[in-house]
Amino acid sequence: MTAIADQPTRPAPGPAADEGLARRLKALACTAPLHDLDSRKVNLAGEYSSYTMAEIGLAAIDLVTLNMDFDTGADRDIVLGRLQPRIAAQNPERATAEHVRVARWVLESLINVGSVDRGFRAVYGTFGPDGAYTRRDYDFKLIEEVPGPDGGVYLRTTDEAVNVLVGALDTDVTSAQIAAEVKLEVLIRRGRLADAQLAAEQARYRTVQYAETLRRALEATRRNVRAVDWMETVPDLIDEALDHIADRYRHENAILTNIRKARDESLDPEHKRRAAELVDIVKDCIRRHTQLQTRLLEAGPLFRAEQDRQAFATPTAGSGIDLYGQLLAPLLALPVADATRPTDAFFARGTGLRTPVSVRVADLVELLLTPPVEREHLGAELPEPDLVATPDDSRFSEAQLEAALDLLDLPSDAPRRLSGLLADARRQDPDLPYLVALLAVHAASPPVGTAYRQGEERLLFAVDDGARLDDPEFGGADLIVGSALLDAVGMAADRKEAS
Amino acid sequence: MTVTTDTAWAPEPEPVPAATTLTPADVADAARLVSFGLQAKLLPARDAEYGELIRRYRDDPPFARLADAVATGMGLVVLEVSPRAGMAVAAAEDSVFAVRMGDYSRRAASESTDRFLHGLAHLAVAALAFPRPEDLADDGYLGRVTVNGVDAFVRQACRRLEERAEAEGANTDPASDAPGLEAAWRVWARRSATGATKDARRLSGSTIGIVSKAVSFLVDSGFLQKTSDDAGGTYRTTARYQLQVRDLAGSAAMGELLDLGVVPVTDGTATLLPADHSEELVADAGLPFHAL
Repeated sequence: MTAIADQPTRPAPGPAADEGLARRLKALACTAPLHDLDSRKVNLAGEYSSYTMAEIGLAAIDLVTLNMDFDTGADRDIVLGRLQPRIAAQNPERATAEHVRVARWVLESLINVGSVDRGFRAVYGTFGPDGAYTRRDYDFKLIEEVPGPDGGVYLRTTDEAVNVLVGALDTDVTSAQIAAEVKLEVLIRRGRLADAQLAAEQARYRTVQYAETLRRALEATRRNVRAVDWMETVPDLIDEALDHIADRYRHENAILTNIRKARDESLDPEHKRRAAELVDIVKDCIRRHTQLQTRLLEAGPLFRAEQDRQAFATPTAGSGIDLYGQLLAPLLALPVADATRPTDAFFARGTGLRTPVSVRVADLVELLLTPPVEREHLGAELPEPDLVATPDDSRFSEAQLEAALDLLDLPSDAPRRLSGLLADARRQDPDLPYLVALLAVHAASPPVGTAYRQGEERLLFAVDDGARLDDPEFGGADLIVGSALLDAVGMAADRKEAS
Repeated sequence: MTVTTDTAWAPEPEPVPAATTLTPADVADAARLVSFGLQAKLLPARDAEYGELIRRYRDDPPFARLADAVATGMGLVVLEVSPRAGMAVAAAEDSVFAVRMGDYSRRAASESTDRFLHGLAHLAVAALAFPRPEDLADDGYLGRVTVNGVDAFVRQACRRLEERAEAEGANTDPASDAPGLEAAWRVWARRSATGATKDARRLSGSTIGIVSKAVSFLVDSGFLQKTSDDAGGTYRTTARYQLQVRDLAGSAAMGELLDLGVVPVTDGTATLLPADHSEELVADAGLPFHAL
C-alpha cells in the first residue's frame, strides 16, 4: 500500500515509453488537419455540410502521391481535376463552380496556405532525463509545394503524410526497379493491365531518377571536380546506368511487343485502352533511356575538361575562407538565436551599399500637396485606327477558284488528262484554264507530309507520263491529274503511336 | 661624452615640388572618383572619365591618398581600385550608405526567424558562388549561382544535420517556450520552399522567395549579373562581390562565430568533399555534396 505513495511524481515508467508516446502523438497530429477540414467547413460562406471533407482530403493526398514523380511533383491542376468526380458524386445537384471551390479549399487547407511556413504545428510534452516536463513543438507538413524544372509550382506529399496517411513506400533505386520489372512481366502475362500500368509508371520514375542523379553529379563537377567522387562513385553510377540501359532496352522492347499484341488482340475496349496507354508509357521509357545514354556518353569528356580547367590551373597564392565548411555548416547546427549573429554580420557587410535618397523640403512640400493622380480604370483612350481598304489585286476571283476546284474534284478511280480539264475550263470562263493549269502543276509535287499531319482524306496529284500537251495557250507535259484517297484513321493512329 | 649638435648636418627641408600640390580641382576629381565608385554597376571600361580617374589613382599616389580620404570621410571603406572592379567601396558600419535589415525587409525587422533566413540566404549565395577557398582567393574566378540551386544546397545541408541528429537519437523539436533555442537548420527546413500565389508571383516568405530577393538585391548592388531565367534565375558573380565577401563579410561573420566559441578547423582545402566513398549520391538533393 505504501508502495503507491512512494511512487515518484513522474508518471511514465521510462524514457522509452515516453518516446513511444511522443511518436504516437506525432502520428495522431498528422491526422488532425483532416479532421479539421470537417470541423472548419461550417465557417465557409455557404452550405457545405453535405460534403465529407476528410474523405476529399485523403483522396487529395492519394492523388498527389500517385501523380508526383521523383523529381518534380504533382501538377496542381491535374490533382484538382481528378478530385472533381468524387466531389461531384457527393453532391451532384450543386453547381460545378462550387465543386471546384471545394477542391481548392481542401487542397489549400492541406497545404495550410495562411501560415508563413505553410505547415502545421502540434504541441506535445516529454519528460527530460531529470524528470522535468517540457512542451515541444512538432512541425510537419502534409502537402508541400516544390519548384519544378519549368519554374512552376508542384505539389508533393511529405514523408509524414505518406507514412501516416498513405502507407510506407520503398524508394531504393535498384531493388525497386527490379521489383517493378518483375511485377510488370507477371502482370502482363496475367493480363492485369491496370496494375501493369502502375508498375510501368513506377519503372519510368526510376529511370528518370538515374538521369537526374547523373545530371546533378555533372553539375557539381562543373562547380568543383573534387566535390564528386570520380574514383568510384560516379564510374560505378555510369556502369550501373549503362547496364541498366542495355537491360531495359531488351526488356522494354519485349514488353512493347507483348502489350501491342494484347492491345491488338484484346476484345475488351477497356483492356484495349489500357494496353494502348501502356504502349505510350513504355515508349516514353525508351525515349528516356536514349536521353540517359547520351548524357552518359558526355560524362567522361566533361570530367576531363573540368579537371583540366580546375585541377591543373595554377594554384593561387592566397587562400580564402571556406564559406561552407567554416561558416555555413557550423552555423546551421547552432541555436537560431546564436546563429543570427554571424548571419547579421554577413548581411551587414555582404549586401553592398545603397545611396540614400535625399529630399529637399521644397520638393517634399510640393510632393505632399499634389493631389494623387486618379488612376484611369480603362487607361488612355485608344486613337481610332485609320483604315485604308487595300485594293483587291488578286488575279482570280473566289468564284473562279471554286469553279477550278470543282473541276479538279475528281473521283479517285477516274483520273483525267490536263488537256481535257483545260478544255472544260475554257468552256466555262476564258480565264479559268490558267488557274486550272496552275493547280495541276502545283499538284505535280503534292504536299503529302502536310496532308498526313493534318489528317486529310484526299489529296490532288499530277503525274507526267511523257505525253505532250497540245494546247493553244499552254505547253509542256499533258499531266494525268487525279485524286488519291488517304487513310486518315490509320494515319491518326500512327501519329499517336509516333508521338 | 658630449653630444655636439651641428646644424650643418641637419637634413635640409625637402622642397615641395609644385607639381604635387593639390588643388581644389584635384579634390573635385577625387570626389568624382568616389561618386563613380558609389555607382556599383558602372564599370571603368564603360565610361571614359571613370577609366581615366582610375588610371590616375593608380599612377598618382597623392591623388590616391586624397581619394581614399574622401571615401573615408564619407564612411566608405575602399576595397580595391582597379580597372576590373572600378573603385570598389563598401559602406562602413554606421555609414549612411549601409543597408539595414529593417529597410531590406519589413518582416525581417520584426520576426527573428525571418531575420535569420534573410541573412542565411545571403551567406548561402556566397557559399555556393565560391565553393572552394581558392575560388574566393582567385581574382579571375567567376562564380555561378541559381536561385533553386541555393535553396537545394541549404536544404541538403539541413538534411545532413537532421540525419545526424536522428542518428544520435536527439529530439530536435524545440521547446515551445524557448523558440530561440531551436536549431538553425530546422528554421530553413521548416519553411516551405515555394508556394503558389494568387497572382502567379513568387511567395515572398518561402525560402526560394527569400533567396530570389537576396540575389536581386545583389544584382542592384552590382555584385551579381543575371545570365538567364533557368532554375529560378541564373547569375554570375562580379569582381566586386568577390572582394566584398573575401575582405569584409566573410571575416566579419567568422569573427562573430569565433565569439560564440565555435572554432571551425579546416586545413584550408575545400570541405565540399565526399565524406565516405561507400555513400550513395542522394538523388533527391540539389547537389551531390557529402560534406559534414
